[in-house]
Amino acid sequence: MSWENTSCVEVLRRQRLQPQSCVNSLREPSFQPNPPRGAPGTPRVIYRRYLITVEHDSSSSKFASYAHPERLVTADWLEEHLGSPGLVVVESDEDVLLYEIGHIPGSVKIDWHTDLNDPVQRDYIDGAAFAELLSGKGIARDDTVVIYGDKNNWWAAYALWVFTLFGHADVRLLDGGRDKWISDERPLTTDATVRPRTEYPVVERDDSVVRAYKEDVLAHLGKPLIDVRSPEEYSGERTTAPAYPEEGALRAGHIPTAKNVPWSQAVAADGTFKPLEDLNSVYRDGAGLTDGDEVVAYCRIGERSSHTWFVLHHLLGFENVRNYDGSWTEWGSAVRVPIAVGTEPGDLASRGGSHHD
Amino acid sequence: MTDSALPDQVAEIRDDFLELDEKLRLQLLLEFSQELPDLPAKYADSPELLERVVECQSPVYIFVDVESDRVHLHATAPRESPTTRGFASILAQAVEGLSPAAVLAIPDDFPQMLGLSKVVSPLRLNGMNGMLRRTKRQLTERLAG
Repeated sequence: MSWENTSCVEVLRRQRLQPQSCVNSLREPSFQPNPPRGAPGTPRVIYRRYLITVEHDSSSSKFASYAHPERLVTADWLEEHLGSPGLVVVESDEDVLLYEIGHIPGSVKIDWHTDLNDPVQRDYIDGAAFAELLSGKGIARDDTVVIYGDKNNWWAAYALWVFTLFGHADVRLLDGGRDKWISDERPLTTDATVRPRTEYPVVERDDSVVRAYKEDVLAHLGKPLIDVRSPEEYSGERTTAPAYPEEGALRAGHIPTAKNVPWSQAVAADGTFKPLEDLNSVYRDGAGLTDGDEVVAYCRIGERSSHTWFVLHHLLGFENVRNYDGSWTEWGSAVRVPIAVGTEPGDLASRGGSHHD
Repeated sequence: MTDSALPDQVAEIRDDFLELDEKLRLQLLLEFSQELPDLPAKYADSPELLERVVECQSPVYIFVDVESDRVHLHATAPRESPTTRGFASILAQAVEGLSPAAVLAIPDDFPQMLGLSKVVSPLRLNGMNGMLRRTKRQLTERLAG
C-alpha cells in the first residue's frame, strides 16, 4: 500500500504504531486540555498525539488491525508499565468489594454505581463532581488511564465511556480484564493505593457525541440500532438478563428494527476482544452495519452496550456510535414508545391511538 | 419500623454498621463476607436442596434449617462475589439460633437499615432483600411441612 493513498489520519496512526520511547516530550508546553470538538477537517487524532503521556502498546498484531489500537493494552504491557509516571490504572467492577479482595498493584477503584452516577437524578455526575472524584483518586487531566474490571470489562467499558463524556483524552481498556489478569497469575495486592491528590479541571460533560437520550433514539428510528441483550430479553420472554435481578421495566421486547447482537459475540473464550475479522463477521456481515452508518446501541441500563459501543467505535472504527444508557429500563417503561416482540427486528408501523392535540 | 421489632443480635449488627462512617461500612461488609462459613457437608453434597437467590447479581444459594425451634441459614456464593457473600453472611449471623417467629418478624427492609445504600448502591442492596424474603419463605414452608 502506498503512503500517498492514505489519509492524514491513517498516516498518523501508523506513526504511532512505531515503538516509542518516553513520549513526555511530545506534550506541548502550552498543553490544551480540551481540544475543540469536531472542528471541521480536523482529525482529532492529531490532538491525541500531543496528549499521550505513556507510550501505546504496539506489541499486539491483533490490536494493530483495529481502528484505534491505542485504546487497548495487553496484560504484558500493563505489568511492564505499572508505576510509570503519567499512568493510572483504574478498576471498575460489578461487585463493589472485588477491588478490596485483591487489585492490580497501584490501581485505584472507581465504582460505576456509587462514584459515576448522580446520587439523586438518574444521570451521571456533573463536571464538578467528576473533577472532585478524579482529583481525589490522583488522576490528572493528561494522565493515561487504563481501566479493567470483572465480567469481561462490562463496567470498565462503562467507566471508559463516562470518561469519554468528559473528554478525558487517553483512556484505554486492559484486554481481557480482571479475570484474565488473575488467570494469568499476575500480581494482585490488597494494599491500599495512595496517590497524591491532583487538581482535575472542571469540564462540562458533553452528551452530544457518544450518548443518546430516549428522544434521540426516537429521532434515530430507521437507522441501525443494536440491541446487545440476551435473545430472551430481546424477544420479550424476560425483561432481565438471565440470572440477573429485575430492574423494573414494565414491558418486554425490543425497539422495533433493532438487530440483536449480544455483547458477548465480541469476546473470545479468554475474555479478550475477538480479532478484527471475527468482529467484522459479527457486526458487518451479521448485523449488516456498513461504513458511515450512525449506530445506537442499548441494553438494560447501558453497561453491556458500553462494551459494544467500545467495539463499534474504537475497534471497528464507526465514527457515529452512541450508547443509549436509558436502555430497556427506560424504554420498556416509557409511555407510547414503539415496542416489538419476538425474534424478528419488526417494523416501525405505528399502532393504536392518535394524537389529539 | 421500631427498634422493638429487631431481636438484639440483629439490632447489634445494624448498630455495628451505623456506628461506622460510610467508607468503613464497606470494610465491615468485607469482613462479613470473609466470615461466611463453608456449607455443611450434607448441603454441599446435595446441591438440589439449595435455592438460588435470583435477585442477586452473583450466583448465591441458600438453605434454611430449623432444628429444635432454632433457625440456621446456610449460604454459598463464589469467592469473587464478596458483596453477595457479605449480604449472605450478615443474614446468616442475624438469624442464627433465633426462633422462627423472631426471624419472620425481622422487617423486610432490614437491608436498608444498615446505612449501606450510598456505599453499595440501592440496586445492589436489593439482592439482600431477595435473600431475606426467600429465607422467610423457606422458613414458612419448613414450619408448614
